[in-house]
Amino acid sequence: MANEGVNQGRRRFLTGTTVVVGGIGAAFAATPFIKSWQPSERAKNAGAPVLQDISKIEPGQKISVLWRGSPVWIVNRTKAMLDTLPGLDGRLRDPKSQVDQQPKYAQNETRSIKPEWLVMIGICTHLGCSPEYIPEIKPEPFDPEWKGGFFCPCHKSRYDISGRVFQGVPAPANMVVPPYKFVDDNHILIGVNPEDKA
Amino acid sequence: MMRKIVLALAFSAVAFVAPASAEEGGGLLPAGTKVGNIASLQRGARLYFNYCSGCHSIKYQSYSRLADDLKLAPGEVLSNFAFTGAKIGDQIVSNMPADHAQEWFGKAPPDLSLEARAKGPDWIYTYLKSFYLDPSRPVGWNNTVFPGASMPNVLWELQGTQVAHYAPAKPGEEPAVEKLELSSKGKLSGEEFDAAARDITAFLQYVGEPAALKREAVGVWAILYLAFFTFLAWLLNNEYWKDVH
Amino acid sequence: MANVFTSIGNWVNERAPGMMPVYRKHMTEYYAPKNFNFWYYFGVLAMVVLVNQILTGIFLTMFYKPGAATAFDSVEYIMRDVDWGWLIRYMHSTGASMFFIVVYLHMFRGLMYGSYKKPRELVWLLGMFIFLALMAEAFMGYVLPWGNMSFWGAKVIISLFGAVPLIGDTLVQWIMGDYNPADATLNRFFALHVIALPLVLLLLVVLHIFALHEVGSNNPDGVEIKKKKDPATGKPLDGIPFHPYYTVHDIVGVGFFLTICAFIIFYQPTVGGWFLENDNFIPANPLVTPPEIKPVWYFTPFYGILRVIPDKGLGISAMFASIVLLFLLPWLDRGAVKSIRYRGLGYKVALGLFALTFLLLGSIGAGLTAEWIPKIFGASADVTSIEMHFGWLLVLMYFGYFIFLFGYTAFGYEKTKPVPERVTGGGH
Repeated sequence: MANEGVNQGRRRFLTGTTVVVGGIGAAFAATPFIKSWQPSERAKNAGAPVLQDISKIEPGQKISVLWRGSPVWIVNRTKAMLDTLPGLDGRLRDPKSQVDQQPKYAQNETRSIKPEWLVMIGICTHLGCSPEYIPEIKPEPFDPEWKGGFFCPCHKSRYDISGRVFQGVPAPANMVVPPYKFVDDNHILIGVNPEDKA
Repeated sequence: MMRKIVLALAFSAVAFVAPASAEEGGGLLPAGTKVGNIASLQRGARLYFNYCSGCHSIKYQSYSRLADDLKLAPGEVLSNFAFTGAKIGDQIVSNMPADHAQEWFGKAPPDLSLEARAKGPDWIYTYLKSFYLDPSRPVGWNNTVFPGASMPNVLWELQGTQVAHYAPAKPGEEPAVEKLELSSKGKLSGEEFDAAARDITAFLQYVGEPAALKREAVGVWAILYLAFFTFLAWLLNNEYWKDVH
Repeated sequence: MANVFTSIGNWVNERAPGMMPVYRKHMTEYYAPKNFNFWYYFGVLAMVVLVNQILTGIFLTMFYKPGAATAFDSVEYIMRDVDWGWLIRYMHSTGASMFFIVVYLHMFRGLMYGSYKKPRELVWLLGMFIFLALMAEAFMGYVLPWGNMSFWGAKVIISLFGAVPLIGDTLVQWIMGDYNPADATLNRFFALHVIALPLVLLLLVVLHIFALHEVGSNNPDGVEIKKKKDPATGKPLDGIPFHPYYTVHDIVGVGFFLTICAFIIFYQPTVGGWFLENDNFIPANPLVTPPEIKPVWYFTPFYGILRVIPDKGLGISAMFASIVLLFLLPWLDRGAVKSIRYRGLGYKVALGLFALTFLLLGSIGAGLTAEWIPKIFGASADVTSIEMHFGWLLVLMYFGYFIFLFGYTAFGYEKTKPVPERVTGGGH
């Protein structure tokens, strides 16, 4: 019989090596199963960017486009609407849009590429309801100082006409701006960032 | 001794299996396709969309997947292949309304996504080469691989037209086609047409199983790993079994 | 690090002291004969395939949509659109065929070494029930893609139940839930295939192994190792602890087996139409019958028996009997000697012929003989008649095995060789 110590050492080495190599194999074998949960080719195709013609949208009008299962609002804002924005800072939670709810190019007062065109996902950042579009600048039951914007009926959160959330409401953040770009003056492509911007 | 008998049985079982695959041929010409040859698939795709897609859908295939696998730009695919105003993510569907197809051909042209898996590449290749003029048929054409087919020879401009030579009819039977002969030339020579038919077949093989391109590549690694692991396990086994006498 | 595991182990052991003894009983203190050969790999390989079918099956169920209108499309969705879906599908289809290759070889081992004899009759019976459940599971699984062979295979096999006297037609309709295999049939087969039969299979496999461990494993010499124990330790002289010796031994077998499976999965997943049939790539069509309706290869021997007997009732009874007789083997074989190594020449010849008969019946069921007959007998041969008569001969030989076995062993015709006291071979 060979020396017991040497036997045990070789045995441990071989066992260890086999276990490690087997473990690596098991990890590789598990990978296809885990990856199968990724969005399928069909889901990716369905989630592809959406091209929208904006030439027919009247000033003051909002339309809703479906992208990746969410409603994306495109609003043609009037000068009067845009003029309300500077005076609201004191009443807003995040007037400078510092929380990461929008691409870099929408981190401004109008939260958009072109000032008049708002492109925004129409879902309240509180619990997911879709707020109402209340653009008229006049006192409302929920706010005597209402300057136009969005009002969520579920838990009474309020947003200005750039989707910035007011203080004192349940919603924690400004509404999300998706990636988008102007293909030309009359078409917006939702889901893709402009080449020259973040 | 017993072991030898059993092994012999096992080998005879394998012998039973092997002929079956070869016999499936039954007079079909070997397609000789290479699905890994992207250039062949690209040519096949062009031919398919020019001659076949008017009537036949390949509804399980999307344009975007085609662009990826055949290494073509999405814009190219849409402008060269998608005559129906489709978007890049769409499935490839023919524009022919099914009820009209029924009226015109007697039978709606079937979807071809899985044709290569159902019939095999040799069948498709031979079928494309086996059309001949037959005035007795409504569409004016017949096919030795699929007698009574409702499909005209869409490739006749390339192949030329063939006529059938019939064997002397046995009493009480229809005369059988003995061979086909080219009666007027097409734009392509015999060899060129064979290559074209082969490209279309390769393309349909790809459409039948797009994963085939990736499957074999991954397989190399899987088998190398398993062989290595088995070897390690064998060393470990021998080490432990030194104890057993 | 090891200390953490030890303390957790101790914590569990204080609260469930019965668990460690069970582990020891079935692994480190289960003494198995040291002379296991190649034929003894197939049990553990069957378990590996079972685990594979369950894992890949669970993932397939995440993407497959049962229903006559959606099933076929959903399988193509898995093959094309789901990341790595094609691999999961091929692992499942290859596993299904490998399951039967492994199980048939496992059963053949039992026939060669007399593993079904006393005291292991219960192990054999449980195994036969596993075989039945496996056949039902495979049949229903094949229907799920709802290809044309799925539909027509289902129609033919379910219609066999129409042969049951009095209630036959009602029974067929009850199984289908419709007048033809349809959406209702598919959905219930889905439920049975995905959860009901797998639970039954798992239970039966556990019982099968428990029953085996109660009496101890047989071996290629058919020698009972418990008869010769070491007076000092009380352990069988020819036995070795299953763990680590057979765990390590089986890992090699599993590695080799997986390598073969990998060749199939990555280079020939359809195996020329034997593992995944060509006709099943066409959607189910009640109006168009495939040129040749035949079951997947693993059912072909039994299908062969059915096909060659022109009378429907008699054919079904024969097919049924061909499986029932296997259950009865422990009582038909009256020989005292277990292993073929020491049995009479008559037994060796009979078993060899039985295996050949099984394969040839399979070739009839698969339609192979119909292709060979014109080659052997000329193009104008009456294929149906020759095939049928050849089939009758094979059916007689199949049933003849059981009759021969009984006569040969019950009336003392078998001349056996002396069985050794200790196992021969074993140890590397």
